[in-house]
Amino acid sequence: MSKVEGITTRQGLNPGDPLPQPPGHKSHGRFEQVLRAGHFAITTEIAPPDSADPDEILKRAHLFDGVVDAINATDGSGAHCHMSSLAVCAILTRIGYSPVIQVSCRDRNRIAIQGDILGAAALGVTNLLCLTGDDVSAGDHPEAKPVFDLDSVSLLQTVRTLRDEKQFLSGRVLDTAPNLFMGASINPFVPPLENRIDQLAKKIDAGADFIQSQYCFDIDLLTSFMARAVDMGLTERCYILIGVGVLASARTARWLRENVPGVHIPDAIIDRLDGATDPKQEGRNICVELMQQIKEINGISGIHVMAYRQEKYVADVVKRSGVLGGRQPWAPEQMKTSIGIVS
Amino acid sequence: MYHARLWSSRHSRGLEIVYNAVNPSLLSVLRGVSKLFGRRFDKPITALESMAKGFLFDCQMCGDCILSKTGMSCPMNCPKTIRNGPCGGVRANGMCEVNPNMRCVWVDAWNGAAQMKNGGAIKDIQFAVNNQNQGTSSWLRMVRDE
Repeated sequence: MSKVEGITTRQGLNPGDPLPQPPGHKSHGRFEQVLRAGHFAITTEIAPPDSADPDEILKRAHLFDGVVDAINATDGSGAHCHMSSLAVCAILTRIGYSPVIQVSCRDRNRIAIQGDILGAAALGVTNLLCLTGDDVSAGDHPEAKPVFDLDSVSLLQTVRTLRDEKQFLSGRVLDTAPNLFMGASINPFVPPLENRIDQLAKKIDAGADFIQSQYCFDIDLLTSFMARAVDMGLTERCYILIGVGVLASARTARWLRENVPGVHIPDAIIDRLDGATDPKQEGRNICVELMQQIKEINGISGIHVMAYRQEKYVADVVKRSGVLGGRQPWAPEQMKTSIGIVS
Repeated sequence: MYHARLWSSRHSRGLEIVYNAVNPSLLSVLRGVSKLFGRRFDKPITALESMAKGFLFDCQMCGDCILSKTGMSCPMNCPKTIRNGPCGGVRANGMCEVNPNMRCVWVDAWNGAAQMKNGGAIKDIQFAVNNQNQGTSSWLRMVRDE
């Protein structure tokens, strides 16, 4: 067992063996250790494959080696069907990655969700992001029945009940509680702008240990939002990571703005992409600049890079931004190229 | 009715005054009815509640009414039935991400709450609705849970 800057870097015989849980920590995960040690953290997300091939996940995760502290696995994002977040996370934990399981309330009721949360913890998942989720009408199965038995805040309370009260919502007692570092999302960039801070406060009251925000392309809005969060003492109670995106072109940016709920991209960004000779490169430059500006804002603990179909550029933008300040996040020592379940 | 419910959240302060004035006497009448006749009048009372709140708020009869804590905008009209809204998908013009022809019920809720004397209650965490109460009367529950 070795420790670097307050972070346990090695574990037991098998790479997937759980790390010891330091006192005062909610989970035995490395992501929580990085934040609690005061490091500026980087997270990113994997789009789960439309495939039953586990190697595809490892290939996608490998792109982020050495530049991210945790990898979110989305849960049917945009109400499209993909491999489940739970399965992706379970595969990632086998070789020691620190995945964040995303749990959305769209597809499962409180019985299924609580079962999945216990299962995730049993499979070595230590981080969980509570989301309400996109409506089924946004996806490729609009005829599906939307569940929404819980919402994101009730989901946070549910996880807290399992973890801290060691019981189901029904009151039935658990033998072993799931030790999870629990997150929620915020979007300070869409109406009602005035009340978004109250929504953050509510999620922290409901138990959020960390926050990952929607795409930030508007530093002015973020700055005023964070000033209020600091004033209200919210940044003392929770680690806030701000979402950034890698835009491939002005067309993609317009498409995102018009078709993906909750994405706010100022005209200035789109004009910049329009005027660039190499828009792809310019999109990455914008991301790098945003990351550098975000790191300077008081109260922010890290950045969540969302680079759908631009995953291969995540390492480049993180390195160029310099926000890690020379720190190299954990990566698996030996990348196993196959875990050989399917082929 | 969509337009009536927009009116209601715009006039949340007035409705709060009416609610505070009428609620105690409504509850005492219902308490009396309940004591004298048991559950015999549950159906007409529930229908009356559904009609009145249906007109004013597009009430969905979730049976667990929190209108006074959500700026007089019924959260069950949110396509995701979020009880602690809004979600992160609200359109820049304040309309719903799922139904672009409908105002976000939670944008209206926060606006409504801002006008109300006890509007701060919108900050309380609401746990998920109890689905067993769907279609039943909140008024009668208030009387019987006392």
